[in-house]
Amino acid sequence: MSLLTRPRYFEEGGSADGWSTLQKDGREWERFYRERWQHDKVVRSTHGVNCTGSCSWKIHVKDGIVAWETQQTDYPTNGPDVPEYEPRGCPRGASFSWYIYSPIRVRYPYVRGVLLEMFREARVRHSGDPVEAWGSIVEDPEKARAYKSIRGKGGFVRASWDDVVDIVSAAHVYTVKKHGPDRIAGFSPIPAMSMVSHASGMRFLSLIGGVCLSFYDWYADLPPASPQIWGDQTDVPESADWWNASYIVIWGTNIPQTRTPDAHFMVEARYRGQKVVVVSPDYAGHTKFADHWLPAAAGTDGALAMAMAHVVFREFHVERTVPWFDEYVKRTTDLPFLVTLRERDGAYVADRFLRASDLGDTSENADWKTVLVDSATGETVVPNGSIGFRWGDEGAGKWNLSLEGVDPALTLLGRHDELVELDLARLDVGGASGEVLRRGVPAKRIGGRLVTTVFDLMAAQLGVRREGLPGSWPSGYDDADEPYTPAWQEPITGVDAGRVTRVAREFARNAERSQGRSMIMLGAGTNHWFHSDQIYRAILQLVTLCGCQGVNGGGWAHYVGQEKVRPISGWSTLAFALDWHRPPRQQATTPFWFLASDQYRYQRTRADVFSTPLAQGSLAGMHVADCNVLAARLGWMPSYPTFDRNPLDLAREASDAGVELPAYVVDRLQDGTLRFAAEDPDAPENFPRVLTLWRANLLGSSSKGHEYFLRHLLGVEDAAVRNVDAAPDERPNEVVWHEDAPTGKLDLFTTIDFRMNGSALYSDVVLPAATWYEKHDLSSTDLHPFVHSFNQAVPPPWEARTDFDIFGHVAERFSELAETHLGTRTDLVASPLLHDTPEELAQPFGEVRDWKRGECEAIPGKTMPKLVPVERDYAAIYRKWRSLGPLAEQLGSAAKGIALHPTVELDELRAANGEVDGRPSLARDVHWCEAILALSGVSNGRLAVEAFRSLEERTGTKLADIAEEHADVRITFGDTQVQPRKVIASPEWSGMESRDRRYSPFTINVERDVPFRTLTGRQSLYLEHAWMLEYGEGLPTYRPPLNVLGVVGTQLSGEQGRKELHVRWLSPHSKWSIHSEFQDNLHMLTLFRGGPVVWLSDVDAREIEIADNDWVEVFNRNGVVVARAVVSHRVPSGVGLMYHSQDRHVNVPLSEITETRGGTDNSVTRISMKPTHLIGGYAQLSYGFNYFGPCGTQRDEMVAVRKLQREVRY
Amino acid sequence: MQVRAQIAMVMNLDKCIGCHTCSVTCKNVWTNRRGTEYVWFNDVETKPGIGYPKQWEDQDRWKGGWELKGGKLRLKAGGRLRKLATLFFNPELPTLDDYYEPWTYDYETLTTAGVSKHQPVARPESQVTGRPLDLQWGPNWEDDLAGAPERARLDPNLKDGVEEHVRLEYEKAFMFYLPRICEHCLNPSCVASCPSGAMYKRAEDGIVLVDQEQCRSWRMCVSGCPYKKVYFNWSTGKAEKCTLCYPRIEAGQPTICSETCVGKIRYLGVVLYDADRVQEAASVEDEKDLLPAQLSLFLDPDDPDVREQARRDGIAEDWLDAASRSPVYALAVKHRVALPLHPEYRTLPMVWYVPPLSPVMSLVEGPGSEADPDDVFPAIEELRIPIEYLANLLTAGDPEPVRVSLRRLAAMRGWTRERNLGGEPDPALAAAVGMEPREIDAMFRLLAIAKYDERYVIPQTHGEIGVNPHSRQGACGLDFEGGPGSCGALEKTKDPFGAEPLAAGGGGAGSGSNVAFLDFRKAT
Repeated sequence: MSLLTRPRYFEEGGSADGWSTLQKDGREWERFYRERWQHDKVVRSTHGVNCTGSCSWKIHVKDGIVAWETQQTDYPTNGPDVPEYEPRGCPRGASFSWYIYSPIRVRYPYVRGVLLEMFREARVRHSGDPVEAWGSIVEDPEKARAYKSIRGKGGFVRASWDDVVDIVSAAHVYTVKKHGPDRIAGFSPIPAMSMVSHASGMRFLSLIGGVCLSFYDWYADLPPASPQIWGDQTDVPESADWWNASYIVIWGTNIPQTRTPDAHFMVEARYRGQKVVVVSPDYAGHTKFADHWLPAAAGTDGALAMAMAHVVFREFHVERTVPWFDEYVKRTTDLPFLVTLRERDGAYVADRFLRASDLGDTSENADWKTVLVDSATGETVVPNGSIGFRWGDEGAGKWNLSLEGVDPALTLLGRHDELVELDLARLDVGGASGEVLRRGVPAKRIGGRLVTTVFDLMAAQLGVRREGLPGSWPSGYDDADEPYTPAWQEPITGVDAGRVTRVAREFARNAERSQGRSMIMLGAGTNHWFHSDQIYRAILQLVTLCGCQGVNGGGWAHYVGQEKVRPISGWSTLAFALDWHRPPRQQATTPFWFLASDQYRYQRTRADVFSTPLAQGSLAGMHVADCNVLAARLGWMPSYPTFDRNPLDLAREASDAGVELPAYVVDRLQDGTLRFAAEDPDAPENFPRVLTLWRANLLGSSSKGHEYFLRHLLGVEDAAVRNVDAAPDERPNEVVWHEDAPTGKLDLFTTIDFRMNGSALYSDVVLPAATWYEKHDLSSTDLHPFVHSFNQAVPPPWEARTDFDIFGHVAERFSELAETHLGTRTDLVASPLLHDTPEELAQPFGEVRDWKRGECEAIPGKTMPKLVPVERDYAAIYRKWRSLGPLAEQLGSAAKGIALHPTVELDELRAANGEVDGRPSLARDVHWCEAILALSGVSNGRLAVEAFRSLEERTGTKLADIAEEHADVRITFGDTQVQPRKVIASPEWSGMESRDRRYSPFTINVERDVPFRTLTGRQSLYLEHAWMLEYGEGLPTYRPPLNVLGVVGTQLSGEQGRKELHVRWLSPHSKWSIHSEFQDNLHMLTLFRGGPVVWLSDVDAREIEIADNDWVEVFNRNGVVVARAVVSHRVPSGVGLMYHSQDRHVNVPLSEITETRGGTDNSVTRISMKPTHLIGGYAQLSYGFNYFGPCGTQRDEMVAVRKLQREVRY
Repeated sequence: MQVRAQIAMVMNLDKCIGCHTCSVTCKNVWTNRRGTEYVWFNDVETKPGIGYPKQWEDQDRWKGGWELKGGKLRLKAGGRLRKLATLFFNPELPTLDDYYEPWTYDYETLTTAGVSKHQPVARPESQVTGRPLDLQWGPNWEDDLAGAPERARLDPNLKDGVEEHVRLEYEKAFMFYLPRICEHCLNPSCVASCPSGAMYKRAEDGIVLVDQEQCRSWRMCVSGCPYKKVYFNWSTGKAEKCTLCYPRIEAGQPTICSETCVGKIRYLGVVLYDADRVQEAASVEDEKDLLPAQLSLFLDPDDPDVREQARRDGIAEDWLDAASRSPVYALAVKHRVALPLHPEYRTLPMVWYVPPLSPVMSLVEGPGSEADPDDVFPAIEELRIPIEYLANLLTAGDPEPVRVSLRRLAAMRGWTRERNLGGEPDPALAAAVGMEPREIDAMFRLLAIAKYDERYVIPQTHGEIGVNPHSRQGACGLDFEGGPGSCGALEKTKDPFGAEPLAAGGGGAGSGSNVAFLDFRKAT
């Protein structure tokens, strides 16, 4: 054929169209792309990844291969004049299909060769008994070391499913028998991202008595401020509700980057006249949309918020009052409640709430009823709704927010007996413990006590002066010396004081005009800090003072890690096997790893470092590990392993002794012959022994103090820890100190995954998991109101299996082996005092009383954990795992203290699923999906209505109508396969929702007078537990980030001639991954720089001679990261941004400092626990799984940065 | 007047969140294969920045597009004779380094490594050579101003004094995202550059394609396209480019990049234009007149004369109805908020952009701000992104059309805010930007509520035209060589209404009207 087939080429301007159009026949070649596009079928599924997307996708299958995915666009409508949810998705999800056939896919079961060989050999030696074989390996120090010391160093061999299931099952049986079931733990986060996969493993663990590890607190995504203020874990608006906001402050969450499918609602709401203000230290994806940018220095957000609160309080509550705000705070917040004042040094300090019992009231729970003053009469009133009405017979019908005609006095000014000086702690100066600030409040003498109101305390705290009050006050907004003025915050945050004033005023004014439709979006940037609770409380007082919370389009919108399992009752029943045994073992994970990975040994500061000069000394001299021991002892926090003995053995001892088990345990604890395991975490009998990981990348992603995990938990010999033990005078008092820190505590570490990632690499056994396009499951989120499904587009390829099938297989083999090794045993479960149960009234007045010191009696369930014997038929585990047990209907399920009682649902499930041993079948994954949906109010209208009716009995108000329109709605799994289904309003959650109403939290509380689940029943600005007052954190305040370098000293290497710099280590959520997922995906790596990177400011980079894309080393005492530098002027000087979680398995070279592989972004972090998050047994400060507890924070850390000098080596 | 219909696109940069979902879904469907590893029919660039391939906007270097020489339009790269002279060495062809060397990793090492001193790691290696690769550049290397202090100055839009307004410093930072696909130009220089005649613009919908059977690897299209949106597949030796997902468009479905855009920034719709005046419009003297000239080509779909001529030119009735509802026509012509990308290339591009508002003002308010708390929005003169920068990108340097667009967006926000807070907006606000209240409301609906079927108004191809649909119905898909559906065999089947293929409107095969091009299924 000739080169130039078209003579037209030479016809200058020759055709009718001149240059513009070439015409063509013979277009049959166009089939080329048309046939590429053609596919055989489209299957609905989603990505079970730890993000809040919960996006429904179309999986395109062609020739039996998953070809690509695109988003579904068939969500139920939001109505004609609201933007829709379609399409939901992001580039990460869009890249998923790459994994399915990629070389990083785990296709077969793998075991480290050394271990497999030893196991096979031992099994033969022990006549085919895998349990004895396992014991012979782990009890032999040399054999144990042989496989533990090479963890993470390659050497995997392919194994048969039979062999790996034998190893895993035998290790479980052996550990239950030898050490106890509470030495077995499982970690799998975020059930909402695939409820059945999560539940299948947790159910197995719960049936055998194993430990289910929490994640929300561990990830530091739990905002402790939420339980503190509202008694609620977290409840937030769906993203379509952003459309209803007319003013949004985005504060610590990069919405386009981390809420990619939802961001358009914010962007579009701008076109509806919404103003957007962004507070962030860097110019980022969301700043692009900001009308104003407040570039507050990292970690100083609390100062900014306090100054805004100062303006709002002064202009909208003191100088002028706004009816909307006034009515709102009187009815729904604790501002009018009376607080006692304690005399100290010639002035007063705020103490605890005045109680009905202080006034001589002897009604039921009078210690738990708070008091206010009626402004009409000046008399004290004990209003309905406080926690004293929530439990007990007398409170029935009275747990509500109705003020019954009383107009609460917010201030005592004008009806005071005295104007007194009040001492407050200010924590912005004077080091960690702060200084004293003297201001004044109006006070009144009631019941022999001097009292004031929370409102008056807040005026004093915020520095809003009122006529006649003593003390030292700001002279105006421009007074930079007195906290908390706009001028005061300017040197701290770097934000212009005038700008802060303007935004505060606009925020409140907008709330006034719109009746509360001012919103604040929060996230990791403000929450991943050691003092996150204070940052959040400082910010959240704004939405409370402006009447925004519980209003559509208003209030907080916390967007980090809060994935909502909408059908929570059904899921929790299955996941924790509540249909067979109660209580399950649910552990707060941060203290668990703090001990298990021995990070407590490196803790240099004491708990009282944050006690203010006003403190009374109740934390004096305590190590954080001591606080944890106390929390275990008093029943505040769960603590597994619980005792220094196998709980099965304890039960047998009690039985042998003929003593009732709980009493036996109390006696042994009191005489000291039984100890809490938390008192000696490094004794071999207290090690966690078996850990199973699924749907998670603990090591490559969430392990704060990654290198400590490698060294102590796993026994990796060249782990990069460069830290040293705490000095003798820095060590715990109540924890046994072993001079030689243990290494390799775990006997078996199993990872179930489809990626060979940083956790899989260090595991003993790696099991090939089915991906999200290869199984059936359910998905939901906070961000949209739907529940929808995973479906199998293709069968699991090679030897992959679903999590469900894997746990089924393990449960079956476990049961077989248990028949001879375990049989039926009694277990003793020590369970903490739980929120949303009467146990939250266990320890009155927020006082700390320790039975061990004789300060009170040792009473299980009151002054110490509940001690519950549980009978376990270990040979029946598999049978129970695959059928719905009788407690489902006998006890029902509880959500937030409200019982849901399935009745007809049991028959429906029998009919739909068939039976196993006479019970509704759970033999297949789809059976679990059906059961979850049938047993939850959000997907079963009958249960929702019934639950509201049961709540009505307690509140005495009308509620069932909220769900009645949906009474006959039942969402089945089949429904979710057709289309995402909108859920039903249910008391499992706090918000109303319906066809034409977007979900917003606490709307039921605010509109229907249902109390918040707190001490006062109101939104709690004041927290008066003894430890909160020790820390000067009774009221929202500003606490700076931790002064790490001040404690540990310089982190620079000191090597001659090296240019190095300290920066604050920030790890925001990545644009190119969801945590570590997708981070190793070729598409994502191609789209941004192909491996781990650290962002530095151009100013800092210049100073230490780093150019864009240079290799750098980031290091401190905890470990070393090796990555490439991204230099940009959008980053402020003084910080290093490493978007987490950058695992260490792709493009990570060797470090020059350690001569071994560079680590993850968590290699330079370490667990720091805030002792006040261990508080328990006290109203909303009571434990709940993933609800309350210490957070694994990581933003306060400091690192050194330098350029790599030598040529890069891998 | 000769009326043609084109499926055109608008992207609202003010809504773009820079997520790159469009790039990934596009890549998975179209270029996820050997030979096209480095090819992104759709990419997203952070501005300011130099883009992909590097500095593609610098036509002094690449000589893409057209220029006016002696009042006549000619390819910037030179006439045909120069083309022939450079057939075997094209100095304006970007190298792989200008794009990037595609890579992967030796992932399998993670699973197969024996017991080693260090933890195994997957290292990058070239997808071209298979050798270890030191990564230095990629298709989105500059994401979110990465490396900008060293490189963003080289952004070709920082010229004509704009560079003096742009400080690459913290607190003065600004950025926006620019998603790019083929422009499917009215006056495509790639088509004109092809010595093989392998490229064409489909008359029925304006989609520009490279015939994979005719392409002879000359790559003149690659250099001739000023947007650098024609790529060379090194494995097949053919040029490939964005097809506007014609297999989907023909079925009335939006392109992959559009449907999967979670920022909901993309609009697809029909624009009618006068094909007789294309060359004239592309040939106006002053570059700043190119925008009005191109706008003057677009025909009002509600004008009865236009509709009548369109029918005569073979455009089906449902296409005319779609044109009336076209979101692209609304945003570009009615509301004047969408603008073309680099009109000075004279290709008359058909993917237009709504400029980003980026309203962050200066950071200092002064002590105790006295600003009226009810007056919350800044004026557009205070925008972070210099209007002149946007003008260099979208209007050949003329700031006025950019200003009109941004003012209208800002006025819409003020307008709706008043209503949002329970008030009635002042009609003077609309009048001040030259709009009627109902126009603001319509623009608001299109930009903000943006329902699926209002974002995408795509008429389907008339499959019955040019074939015997009755026989095709029974045999389609079986058209392999010698099979029962073989096209040759099909066309021999007698059509009950006559031997000639059916045609809507006037003209028949070969007459130059739209329907001639619908007969693409016919075998040669």
